[in-house]
Amino acid sequence: MTPETITATDAAALDIERIRADFPALHQEVNGKPLVYLDNAATTQKPQAVIDAVRTFYERDCSNVHRGVHRLSQRATVAYEQARTTVKNHLGANDSREIVFTRSTTEGINLVASSFVRSRLEPGDEVLISAMEHHSNIVPWQILCEERGAKLVVIPIDDDGDIILSEYERLLTERTKIVGVVHVSNALGTVNPVREMIATAHAKGVPVIVDGAQAVPHLAVDVRNLDCDFYVFSAHKVYGPTGIGALYSKREHLLEMAPYQSGGDMILSVTFEGTTFNEPPHRFEAGTPNIEGAIGLAAALDYVDGFGIDAIANHEGRLLADATAAVLAVPGVRLVGSARRRASALSFVMEGIHPHDIGTILDSEGVAVRAGHHCAQPVMARYGVSATVRASFAIYNTTHEIDALVAGLQKVREVFG
Amino acid sequence: MSDLRELYQEVILDHNKRPRNCYVMDCATRSADGHNPLCGDTVKVYLQIEDGVIEEISFQGEGCAICTASTSIMTESVKGKTVEEAKELFEEFHEMLTGVAAEQGVELGKLKVFEGVREYPVRVKCATLAWHTLNAAINSGDEPVTTE
Ligand SMILES: Cc1ncc(COP(=O)(O)O)c(C=O)c1O
Repeated sequence: MTPETITATDAAALDIERIRADFPALHQEVNGKPLVYLDNAATTQKPQAVIDAVRTFYERDCSNVHRGVHRLSQRATVAYEQARTTVKNHLGANDSREIVFTRSTTEGINLVASSFVRSRLEPGDEVLISAMEHHSNIVPWQILCEERGAKLVVIPIDDDGDIILSEYERLLTERTKIVGVVHVSNALGTVNPVREMIATAHAKGVPVIVDGAQAVPHLAVDVRNLDCDFYVFSAHKVYGPTGIGALYSKREHLLEMAPYQSGGDMILSVTFEGTTFNEPPHRFEAGTPNIEGAIGLAAALDYVDGFGIDAIANHEGRLLADATAAVLAVPGVRLVGSARRRASALSFVMEGIHPHDIGTILDSEGVAVRAGHHCAQPVMARYGVSATVRASFAIYNTTHEIDALVAGLQKVREVFG
Repeated sequence: MSDLRELYQEVILDHNKRPRNCYVMDCATRSADGHNPLCGDTVKVYLQIEDGVIEEISFQGEGCAICTASTSIMTESVKGKTVEEAKELFEEFHEMLTGVAAEQGVELGKLKVFEGVREYPVRVKCATLAWHTLNAAINSGDEPVTTE
């Protein structure tokens, strides 16, 4: 069966063994044990299709974009711009010109903070974010608020790890100039009701940026349906290369936004008296871009779309439910984050045993998890822990690997008595 | 498992469970905060130093087993020693963990239980945080130290 023939309703038919064969890095031993890679929220492994796409660019089409009349440059330009179309289609945007290539989620947020929000933020204004944001959706706002004399306001979350929506509505005021919210929390796995939150913000005339770093790999994202103003993600968390990501922005915003960085490619003409800036999205892509990254990102999204994101979500959802039950059955385990709707990530602590020690012992069993604060220290503080263990699932994980995780946790108990 | 037992020796597990000299010292003459940003370990070391001798030492903190045990055993190892002796001990300890050990160094005694950490490079900082913090306290920094 080719990936194309699998539809969402066919989810059970995802052939995981065949999928695993697409990922060279999965087939290795760590400490003499088969690798069980459960750190997908940090970054995913790459399928051969992505590796080949990057390689083919270097072997055949390597050239700069938007500036050569020669054949290789034309090919590179076409591939780069096709990648933009692939991202546009994957996100359900209207127009490829609404897609800006960035370095990452982090850069996308910084770009919006700098080019869209900065000029709108007056002393006394507010930036509203949730208590479960990644540091990358906290620090840029903190710095900007400090610079502009504005205030960073935080929407609280409840003990389960859900945003308290009544508080959100209360904190959303005429002083709010932007709302920043994570679609899927990397630390808790919470899937936030961003569509409803965006509608609420828009009713008060407030634009919204959504951090989709953990959503794009695990659920269907349709920016037009969400009606978000900005949506950002990183390729490396969705089977693509590092160093590349994308920002979706409504075109009306991009047209009036100030440049982010400046230099080549983002201009139409330059004299020493002045410069005419290029049209979006090029206005926001100064300098030679990450061409092979964009091509790799497109190959990654094509790979995902070959199976259908709903089929992937179904598979991962089942793994998450099974893993949650299995891990909770280990004595002393406490879940951190039990939101109504979760995706991919399972965060937990074990009574009296530090996550760092758990991480080391699991590693000795070949099981790769994340142990730490997950770049979300305020979330850790909210739950009164300094760190958690996080297992996060991707398309290629199996129930067998959940067994390995649980066996590893039993070993932790053995070592610590 | 045998490798893990090298790392998590009984002595380490014991000090992790029942850390020695673990209290806030009200009459400390010097103290310092240490922080390992990688894993969020934090430790505060309190000292009473008289005539160049560490008369009393205690700590408070929150960290992994390696960090907690290392801090606990460190307090036992340097109590009653001169500041110079403590610094030499740290040097020797550090060399043992980073593998450039000069054999004829000072006697490490109980600190030897951390030898297994050498096989786990990312955990070396867990074992040395206490010592970096001790150094800072000796130098009476009120500045927090980090392992970075
Ligand atoms: C929810 C979330 N936001 C933002 C980021 C930052 O992504 P990047 O480091 O690729 O910019 C991450 C990655 O850890 C994340 O999980």
